[in-house]
Amino acid sequence: MITISSRFPADSLLTWLLRLTGAAAVLVLGGIIAVLLIQSAPFLVEHGSALWRNDWQPGQARYGMAAMIAGSMVVSVLALVIAGPLAVLLAAWLRYFAPLIRRPVLVLVELMAGIPSVVYGLWGMLVLVPWINQWAPPGASWLAASLVLALMILPLALLVTDTALGQLPARYLQAGQALSLSRVGMLRRVLLPQAGPAIVSGLVLQFGRALGETMAVLMVAGNVVQWPTSLFDPVRTLTANIALEMAYATGDHRVALFASGLLLLLVTSVLLMLSWRLRGGRHEMA
Amino acid sequence: MQWKTLGSLLGVLWLAACQPASDKLVITGSSTISPLMAELAEQFEAQSGIQVDVQSGGSGRGISDARQGLADFGMVSRALKTDEQDLTAHLIGRDGIAMIVNSANPVTALSDSQIVAIYTGEQENWSTLGGSDAAITVVHKADGRSTQELFLKHFGLNNDQVQPDMVIGENQQGIKAVASDVNAIGYVSIGSAIYEADAGAPLRLLPLSGVPATLKGVDQGHYPLSRELNLVSQGELSEAARELLDFITDPARAETYHDYYFLPVSR
Repeated sequence: MITISSRFPADSLLTWLLRLTGAAAVLVLGGIIAVLLIQSAPFLVEHGSALWRNDWQPGQARYGMAAMIAGSMVVSVLALVIAGPLAVLLAAWLRYFAPLIRRPVLVLVELMAGIPSVVYGLWGMLVLVPWINQWAPPGASWLAASLVLALMILPLALLVTDTALGQLPARYLQAGQALSLSRVGMLRRVLLPQAGPAIVSGLVLQFGRALGETMAVLMVAGNVVQWPTSLFDPVRTLTANIALEMAYATGDHRVALFASGLLLLLVTSVLLMLSWRLRGGRHEMA
Repeated sequence: MQWKTLGSLLGVLWLAACQPASDKLVITGSSTISPLMAELAEQFEAQSGIQVDVQSGGSGRGISDARQGLADFGMVSRALKTDEQDLTAHLIGRDGIAMIVNSANPVTALSDSQIVAIYTGEQENWSTLGGSDAAITVVHKADGRSTQELFLKHFGLNNDQVQPDMVIGENQQGIKAVASDVNAIGYVSIGSAIYEADAGAPLRLLPLSGVPATLKGVDQGHYPLSRELNLVSQGELSEAARELLDFITDPARAETYHDYYFLPVSR
């Protein structure tokens, strides 16, 4: 806890400003949750049990979201499965095996992280989808969406892993060298397990980001509401559904979209808490 | 001192927010109409000095914004439904919906029943329709779009009968999908399809019930799949709104409509 001396008026002004901005942040978040809850409450009472069904036909008052929840999950999981190991291996390789090119590569990766998601989507739509279409039509599919998402979360996953490895105490490395462990052995047995919780917590956050991505997925996923049974089948995610239909939705349909927003918020909150828990665990160990 | 500055700043903002926006018109709605409306609004601003704000967001938004008084006019690219009769529709023009395939596809015509068979998944290969032996990529529009409603109504389909391979939002996305996939079929606003085909996109517009998909066909009422373009309003029109309406339905604006491949309402 920071105690505040009242002798300097500038300090107390700053304190109040900080309190104000803190309160504003909480209020905005609280406002979003409140709006989502209030908007979707009547709908949840009336159609709540039908949400877990499969058929989404808002024109006929059928609001099953199960297929889209599954769509959101599988698309993000596959993206993480592709990008996660790649990011960890690449970060470890750059730090311990190729320190000379680490800086320039990281600069490049930071640049990649700054590219707007819609640009990734455009690339996916004009290059990736027609390419997949050549051997597995229609091209716009679960696979296409996951590949685009993997490309999007790779840069930050790599940077987080690099930071996590960088925060390990230098004595681990020195002790390992004194014991003449091989670099691979040291990485596998000492460094990665030690940085593990921080790395995984970073990856969980990236998973949340993949789950929330809208435009890029909308452009390449095909957006057909159905259970994802094949990598080459089109799927629709919850976020894409909101973006596709919100502008055109009225009445119950609109409220159903609010409810799906609430659902997404819940999932990301759980992920965020998981990420905190993982990082907290590491602090206690250290 | 700082507090005084802050206070006066807030005061100014407060006053600015209270200013009635009397000489400003807001038009929201259909993404089909909004590019045309933005152009017309610009011409109108130059002539009258009245500021016009045009925002896209779909016919549904046009209806709800006009109802709630958020917009002076809502743009709605269809006729008003029975539960929307509280609003007044001002017909400003017409548009059609065209079935499009890739120009590399040898199929040049499909009957209505063939289109229904394709969209319901009964017909999954081009070979039986006179095309090459390849699976058909069915491109469909998302729920709530007026293009989709009109398409379903014309072919007597329910949305849950349709078995799409790809669901899209904007016309542009549909055009990109068909232009990049030789085996795709889709439907978009006839105006945007003609525009893109003229600009070199590999598209072919299919005739419908033997009537070629042209603006002339829409204008003369032969073309079966056409729709109204409306501005809707609630209650009495303000003087500025009335002025705008007269401006955009003036026959002198016909050229602008044609630039966007729409047909002005003939007077």
